[in-house]
Amino acid sequence: MNQPNINEMRGLIARHKRWDIIFAIVGLVCLLVGILTLLALFGQLVAEGLPRLKPGFFISFPSRSAEEAGILSAWVGTTLVMLVTALAAVPLGVASAIYLEEYAPKNWLTAVIEINVTNLAGVPSIVYGLLALGLFVYQLDLGQSILSAGLTLALLILPVVIVATREALRAVPGSIREAAYALGATRWQMVSNHVLPYSQGGIMTGVIIGLSRAIGETAPIITIGALTFIAFLPHPPVTGEFPYLSFAWLKDPFTVMPIQMFNWTSRPEEAFQHNAAAAGVVLLGMTLLMNGVAIWLRYRIRKRIKW
Amino acid sequence: MSETGGNTLKAEARSLSFYYGDYKALKEISLPVHDRKITALIGPSGCGKSTFLRCFNRMHDLYPGNRYDGEIILHPDDVNILSPKVDPIEVRMRISMVFQKPNPFPKSIFENVAYGLRVRGVSKRSTLEGKVEQALRDAALWNEAKDRLHDLAFNLSGGQQQRLCIARALAIDPELVLFDEPTSALDPIATASIEELMLELKEKVTILIVTHNMQQAARVSDHTAFLYLGEVIEFNETKKIFTNPDKSQTEDYITGRFG
Ligand SMILES: Nc1ncnc2c1ncn2[C@@H]1O[C@H](COP(=O)(O)OP(=O)(O)OP(=O)(O)O)[C@@H](O)[C@H]1O
Ligand SMILES: [Mg+2]
Repeated sequence: MNQPNINEMRGLIARHKRWDIIFAIVGLVCLLVGILTLLALFGQLVAEGLPRLKPGFFISFPSRSAEEAGILSAWVGTTLVMLVTALAAVPLGVASAIYLEEYAPKNWLTAVIEINVTNLAGVPSIVYGLLALGLFVYQLDLGQSILSAGLTLALLILPVVIVATREALRAVPGSIREAAYALGATRWQMVSNHVLPYSQGGIMTGVIIGLSRAIGETAPIITIGALTFIAFLPHPPVTGEFPYLSFAWLKDPFTVMPIQMFNWTSRPEEAFQHNAAAAGVVLLGMTLLMNGVAIWLRYRIRKRIKW
Repeated sequence: MSETGGNTLKAEARSLSFYYGDYKALKEISLPVHDRKITALIGPSGCGKSTFLRCFNRMHDLYPGNRYDGEIILHPDDVNILSPKVDPIEVRMRISMVFQKPNPFPKSIFENVAYGLRVRGVSKRSTLEGKVEQALRDAALWNEAKDRLHDLAFNLSGGQQQRLCIARALAIDPELVLFDEPTSALDPIATASIEELMLELKEKVTILIVTHNMQQAARVSDHTAFLYLGEVIEFNETKKIFTNPDKSQTEDYITGRFG
């Protein structure tokens, strides 16, 4: 090739590369807009709430005086509701996903079910609240209790858990399934000895993403009638005498973190706004902690399993 | 029955056809598999070698739309393993398979080899340990693996992983072992060790192997079948196939003149 042509080509490449640079800058700006806004919000929340984040804040009930008020009933409520949510959503979601992915025949009925499961993830949470109010609170007479709230949120995150679990199951390569079958395994042996253990990481990640969504939900919980001011704790789950475990707490009234925050933000006094900010920091911390656990679990399991 | 040279047969395909949906991938194949011999399947890509091999452990049953026609008779009890009345799991308990790419489970070396036994309900530690050791010895992996039985199988090299898969297939005392291009992902040294291994194994077990490597077929097998477009073009003793084939197509393929 002769000289002038080469120069022309270089010019062309340089012109094309300009778009790389332009996009890199535009992309970075877009990214920063998002990240900086979030950081600013978080920073403001921390600055406002930090002075209130003393041990007393965690072990006090709400109170008429902002300085004495705390989040004891709220964080205990949130923890117990999340426990019920996880215990209900994990077995239901994982079993449904296994059925859909490994057992269900591929026909129009399962196709319809599949599409609906995906769509359910987009249903507004308040609709779940209404459904739960009718079903759990009145029909099944579970009351405005921790149990009702946990089951409501379990319904809410079920589609997330199902979709994530199916993806995790699908990530197990066909060659591993064939290896198990070729040794004479039944479908259940293949699933329970191989596919399920190998996809644990993905499943747990899905569950935790679901729980992180549930922990901040307010609307459905208000709909089923959580209290906004509660100055006592539910029955303790562990007791001093036989049989040591008690389930009375399931039927107790409760409040949760977002509701406590909502309650405080609607007060006119400035001091309560600081309480709300402090509770927000705690709620964010809980979410980050859960996500951290998810990342750690995934990392641990990935280290063992590489396809 | 087509017994050549007084050899007994381990299995026999009788006008076996196979369909992926409407596509007929195997066309009335009849082929004997001699007991405790190595039978090689050769032929150009897409001619149906893997499809044929996977009929022997009913692997095709795992996917919808597949259909068998004809029979594969397993001796000595003369059962047609393709019959819908025969449970594919029962077939897979008698006939094991080694795949093209090593596919160990993400478990320990020990658990990989023991899995087939566990599926068969063996759970006594001492029995498992004995069988695992024997299988690893048979697969020529014992010396390398004996000190790291509880290490992850993924930490082994590719060739070792394939020998592990062979050990896994042998641990269940199969009557017939299917190999689908077991060395195509391996380097020449690992390939040589697996070929050597197969020659030792045929003392105990019947082997049916798919290979793309003409030298490999010539080196290890006793009988060779040349498949083309889903049909058996020629079947004979390996020596005959490689020195003086009856069909010109076979000769063209073996000498690399196939177009
Ligand atoms: N799952 C499938 N569905 C439909 N057709 C298939 C399927 N698997 C294989 N086939 C077709 O069946 C024919 C035989 O395929 P097969 O995999 O048995 O060939 P092969 O001889 O093993 O080839 P290779 O040497 O490349 O592995 C091919 O034409 C292939 O396209
Ligand atoms: Mg093949």
